[in-house]
Amino acid sequence: MRAGRPRDGLVLCALALYAAPFFWQALTSVRPDAELLPLTRLLPSHLTWAHYDVVFRQSLMPRALVNSLGIALLSTLLAVGLGALAAYALARLPVRGRGVILLAMIAATAFPQIATVSPLYLLMRALGLRDTWLALILANGSFALPLVIWLLAGFIREIPRALEEAAAVDGADRLAILRWVVLPLVAPGMASAALLAFLFSWNEFLFAYSFTATEASRTVPVALALFPGVFEVPWGDIAAASLLASLPPILIVVVFQRYLVRGLLAGALRE
Amino acid sequence: MSDRGLAWLLLSPALLVLAALTAYPALWVLWLALQYRIPVFGISRWAGLEHFVFLAVDTRFWNAAWVTGVFTVASVGLEGALGLGIAVALRGQRGGRRTALALLLLAWALPSVVTAKMFEWLYHPAGGLVNFLLGGRAINWLGDPALALPSLILADVWRATPFVALLCYARLLTIPPDLYEAAEVDGAAGLQAFARITWPLVRPILLVTLLFRTLDAIRAFDIMFVLTGGGPAGSTESLTVYAYRALFQTLQIGFGSAIGVVVFALVMVVAALYLRLIGRPEGAA
Repeated sequence: MRAGRPRDGLVLCALALYAAPFFWQALTSVRPDAELLPLTRLLPSHLTWAHYDVVFRQSLMPRALVNSLGIALLSTLLAVGLGALAAYALARLPVRGRGVILLAMIAATAFPQIATVSPLYLLMRALGLRDTWLALILANGSFALPLVIWLLAGFIREIPRALEEAAAVDGADRLAILRWVVLPLVAPGMASAALLAFLFSWNEFLFAYSFTATEASRTVPVALALFPGVFEVPWGDIAAASLLASLPPILIVVVFQRYLVRGLLAGALRE
Repeated sequence: MSDRGLAWLLLSPALLVLAALTAYPALWVLWLALQYRIPVFGISRWAGLEHFVFLAVDTRFWNAAWVTGVFTVASVGLEGALGLGIAVALRGQRGGRRTALALLLLAWALPSVVTAKMFEWLYHPAGGLVNFLLGGRAINWLGDPALALPSLILADVWRATPFVALLCYARLLTIPPDLYEAAEVDGAAGLQAFARITWPLVRPILLVTLLFRTLDAIRAFDIMFVLTGGGPAGSTESLTVYAYRALFQTLQIGFGSAIGVVVFALVMVVAALYLRLIGRPEGAA
């Protein structure tokens, strides 16, 4: 059974093939316009940055990237900030109705956005928040919050109580214990929860499409879905724009893979 | 301050946000589903169950329910089979695990709007890679009502299989190798070892994962909305796309909410199944 390196290489090649749709989009983003339609050769005769040039100079993408980044960071901050406090209380303090609250959190992670989008739309309109960052920060942050609480409560429960008790014996009060003992130990778990919340907000489409109207708040997925074509669909420009939209997810699976994997496993497999 | 008081102090900001932005909308949508609300015509009156009575005989609704059903069953089934296969292949991996996982998880981490745009281009009749690899055919994958739904399902399978593969792979890593060595001594290798050891141990996790995927498939919206827009001829219009159209294109807030409530109910049934499967969380009544 113990096949060595050739087998490893084969699996890697197969997975690279699995990711081929993405690599094809990357190749399309640097293929000259004349060789896009019809497609007559696999590899382009030369590479060009023209599509990126168009995306940066003539499209709404640069503004959308700023919107997406700001909204994703702030909604992550909202979810993890409020989530960490709530999770500590649920994991360590006496809370009446803890079981009901945890059950409600699981149920809330299953809520379909299509069911809450109409009331949230009416709410945002009533609050005068249509087409603002704040609308999406509130919608995305609150949507990610139940998962964050659920994840962090689990991670905090994994910390040995003895450490907190030792600090208590030394005279530290609850908040000092939370700040100096629990937070540092749960930091990797917070990174996992934050990555998932960020990724949700960065990728989110339905709320962003429904609550935004102009470039003031349009996010990357919305800009991509509405990518304008004058006479024909600019496939090369769309490919370049989608590569830009893929940068944070790429960074996450390559650099922060460990935290992503831990978050995904904990979110699904917790008993 | 007592621990009990501190607990509520720490909990209340999160609970307030969830009450205002999750629980309140979830209740409000039930109320909206019982109204005629068409703001552009200034219509706002009580409808009772009329939307649901209409849906019961609405052929467009039943078509959308069919699309959602086929999409869910086919994509979740394929993702389970393919994901388990990839997990088994990954299990024997000694070197390059990080690279392998990065290549695998990329598809899962991309925005689904990006995935939709990617596949729209791959399926393009004249410029798409798929037709090119088939020897220069001109098949209109997304324009043919018979092909559009399978093409859409394939795109979703590509996007979501890594999630299934990762969870199964994590479970496989916890199976001690001696189990397989013992089985080999008993003369069970290959498929037999899979049937006797791998399958019984991985099955519970696979089930939970597929329930998760079922939830997501029922809720899916972005990929069909951007890739096919529900077309051609409604052949890929899911319940979510129908609900969106009613809400934001024909601006029937009440009617659209009623379809949203149907999706809500479907999802909650699956979520209840999931909860039964994993058992209740610690301390639940």
